Amino acid sequence: MSYRIGIDVGGTNTDAVVLDESDRLIAKTKTPTTEDVTGGIVTALEEVLGDEFDRTAVESVMLGTTHCTNAVTERRNLNQVGVIRVGAPATLAIRPLLEWPDDLVGAIGGHTTIVEGGHEFDGEPITDLDETAVREFCREKADVVDSVAVTSVFSPVRDDHERRVAELVREELGEEIPVSLSSEIGSVGLLERENATVLNAALTGVIREASTAFRTAMDRHDLDAQFYFGQNDGTLMGVDYAERYPIFTVACGPANSIRGAAYLSGLRDGIIIDVGGTTTDVGALSDGFPRESAVAVEIGGVKTNFRMPDLISIGLGGGSIVREEDGDVSVGPDSVGYELESEARCFGGSVTTATDVAIELGRASFGTTDPELRDELVAAVSDDIVERVERTIDEMKTSAGDVPVAVVGGGSILLPTELTGASEVDKPDHYDVANAIGAAIAQVSGHVDRVFSLDDQPREEALAEAKRLARQDAVEAGADPDTVEIVDLEEVPLSYLPGNAVRLRVQAAGDLRVEGEET
Amino acid sequence: MREVTTEDMENLSVGAAVLGTGGGGDPHVGKLMAQQAIEEYGPVTMLDPEEVPDDALVIPSAMMGAPTVILEKLPEGREAIRSLERLAEEFDREVFATMPIECGGMNSTIPFTVAARTDLPLVDADGMGRAFPELHHETWNVYGVDGTPAVISDEQGDVSLFETGSNRVLESFARAVTIEMGGASFLCDYPMSGTQVKETSIPNTISLGMEIGAAIRDPPEGDPIRALQRVTADSNYGRAIELFEGKIVDVQRRTEGGFAVGHVDMDGLNEDDGSRLRIEIQNENLIARLDGDVIATVPDLIVVLERETGRPVTTEALRYGYRVRVFGIPTPEIMRTSDALDVWGPGYFGYDVEYTELERRYPDFYREHGVPAEKRHLLSE
Repeated sequence: MSYRIGIDVGGTNTDAVVLDESDRLIAKTKTPTTEDVTGGIVTALEEVLGDEFDRTAVESVMLGTTHCTNAVTERRNLNQVGVIRVGAPATLAIRPLLEWPDDLVGAIGGHTTIVEGGHEFDGEPITDLDETAVREFCREKADVVDSVAVTSVFSPVRDDHERRVAELVREELGEEIPVSLSSEIGSVGLLERENATVLNAALTGVIREASTAFRTAMDRHDLDAQFYFGQNDGTLMGVDYAERYPIFTVACGPANSIRGAAYLSGLRDGIIIDVGGTTTDVGALSDGFPRESAVAVEIGGVKTNFRMPDLISIGLGGGSIVREEDGDVSVGPDSVGYELESEARCFGGSVTTATDVAIELGRASFGTTDPELRDELVAAVSDDIVERVERTIDEMKTSAGDVPVAVVGGGSILLPTELTGASEVDKPDHYDVANAIGAAIAQVSGHVDRVFSLDDQPREEALAEAKRLARQDAVEAGADPDTVEIVDLEEVPLSYLPGNAVRLRVQAAGDLRVEGEET
Repeated sequence: MREVTTEDMENLSVGAAVLGTGGGGDPHVGKLMAQQAIEEYGPVTMLDPEEVPDDALVIPSAMMGAPTVILEKLPEGREAIRSLERLAEEFDREVFATMPIECGGMNSTIPFTVAARTDLPLVDADGMGRAFPELHHETWNVYGVDGTPAVISDEQGDVSLFETGSNRVLESFARAVTIEMGGASFLCDYPMSGTQVKETSIPNTISLGMEIGAAIRDPPEGDPIRALQRVTADSNYGRAIELFEGKIVDVQRRTEGGFAVGHVDMDGLNEDDGSRLRIEIQNENLIARLDGDVIATVPDLIVVLERETGRPVTTEALRYGYRVRVFGIPTPEIMRTSDALDVWGPGYFGYDVEYTELERRYPDFYREHGVPAEKRHLLSE
């Protein structure tokens, strides 16, 4: 028998599960998330393994962590980043990092340059790449920067200049310097793609430390297993890949919940509601994977455009504080959080929480004390919760018909089993650790998101090339090539542009490659 | 005369999206350009049209082409200035000021970069009073100002000068060269005298955009909708009227000849429960039909705002499930003459619909709340 461990770090709790090879749940645990994150992960690992578990039978460990998310929001441990934009004379009117919060610019050093180069929308070079300027910038910043971010105009169409800059940077600053290329991270929209690339470059140190710390913890527990990071689309990436693309970990938590809920409920398409202690995330499941956001997503006060799950978060969770003022009832957005078991009325505390209301409604039975709430209050809170959730479901749908809904997370007790807009409401078993299960069952994915000119090649050829690139990316990220399939393909004609340009977004996914197997 | 700061540009980027009536391109990139230019070169002086001497030479400046290209190939920053300088050479005289050609969308912001970098003042007026797709959609064109000589430039320093027999031909020639320049260019056209500015422009549209933006971003009483209504009531447009409150249930969009064409349907909420509103779109919101009956048309402004925040929703961002409120803003009288309606009335865009002013469609509302002085005749008949 072989086992997999899934770990998911949330804002309140760190959850861990052990699954066997037929994905049966063997053990699960919930432990408070610690400030350094790693401490909570180690505790979760200890708890879920217990004493008697055969360590050698653990084949792989999947970790969905908030190390990178926290580093950005708290501006901690970020690299000094050399920011190279290729595009001059175009793009000079808006300098890199112009919109960034000052403290975040301070945290990464604000080392920027714009050099000549870049391409037009049809792939024609705007000007030659100014290689001398790249070398000069590198020499000037050699003792200062830990990593480099490169963004070239229309690199989603042609990435030649970005690749060449990477070569030059390595020649000047050594083979070991991490170089992030925008064409591998974001899509069309220079500023947002550049932002995502710079954040990625800022995080390579953070992810390396996280993986080293976790590897040490595994060694201490005699775990000799393959180790993967969860990423934003609900799939996994190997450690090497994660160290190159740490930004892809920042929304893995909600993505894991969506995948876990899909697995537990058997849904392929529908709406997933993850009710936590403070917030509720509502996401959409599209053919078994989280639907991607189509609009710019802000991280740490910076607009970015790389792949992120399409989510709506509302300030509602099990610990949400209930207030009554002049006959008006409000629930959240503030929460007692992890202090639920001391503050909530059902545990003898003095704060009325959403959980107390759920108990009065008979949707849950735990705690030590009867919350003793008035019926009118209970009804008003219940109506408010249901209305907000139903409205969010409606906003996540793409058309008017009813859709299946799965509810997971520790706070699922807040919701009834019928909701307007839902054809069914499923609260599957083990809903409380759906996120960790989502991490444990995840596949490995690969992506391509770039612009192809159909004047240069027939559509069929462009599609085939995009699919090939996505498969190749999945294999690089750690997928078994024999199992890789194309799971999503989107074709968007670019309006206002002559030359028959089309943007192709392709996602491939496959099973984990077993250790020792060669590609 | 007033000084424009980077904070004013934040407000304008929101207000210009309202005046863009769903189109005109996202003002965001233009705002950032202007903010960087103001940081580097100092604030911009904005003049009331009445402060422009009659014989002064005023040259409007703008961006032309695909907003998608600008989002990727950001401007160099001097493109429009090269166009302006080349055009000044034709006249062999000093330029007094620049001016926007369009107060809605991205083009409301472009002349601020020109003004900051050249230290020229900017005239608080434009020639559309909203967003429109083409270069001849200008009051200047309607009232006899020549669009040419006109110049477009790219970031490489390439400059192209146009002399055309009509402003429509200018539109087609300039667009063709714009594509060759990589899909976007920077334009100076409709060079005019101070007298022409005063006689043929829509005055104070840029400061209105800033006031609308301020009202929505930081409403005095916490209610962006009331703030919007107060600001528009105090302008030469007239009070914004709420046409509908609803939820988007269907969005149909396709690209036809480079323009986004389609419609959005919404089901009513609260007082509008049981009704359905359809907005016909060609880049901008052009026609609103309530249960099949036309209730507002171009050139009056049809504006879609997020229900809670009052933030404008562009046609690209429309999607199922959004809760929105739809407003009509009456356009100034200069936009409503029969010559003007020939250029941008419902018929121009292919709709078999008679143009009726919002004030005549909703006389009770406008009798109660009042209209700008020049519009009183609409209520007395």
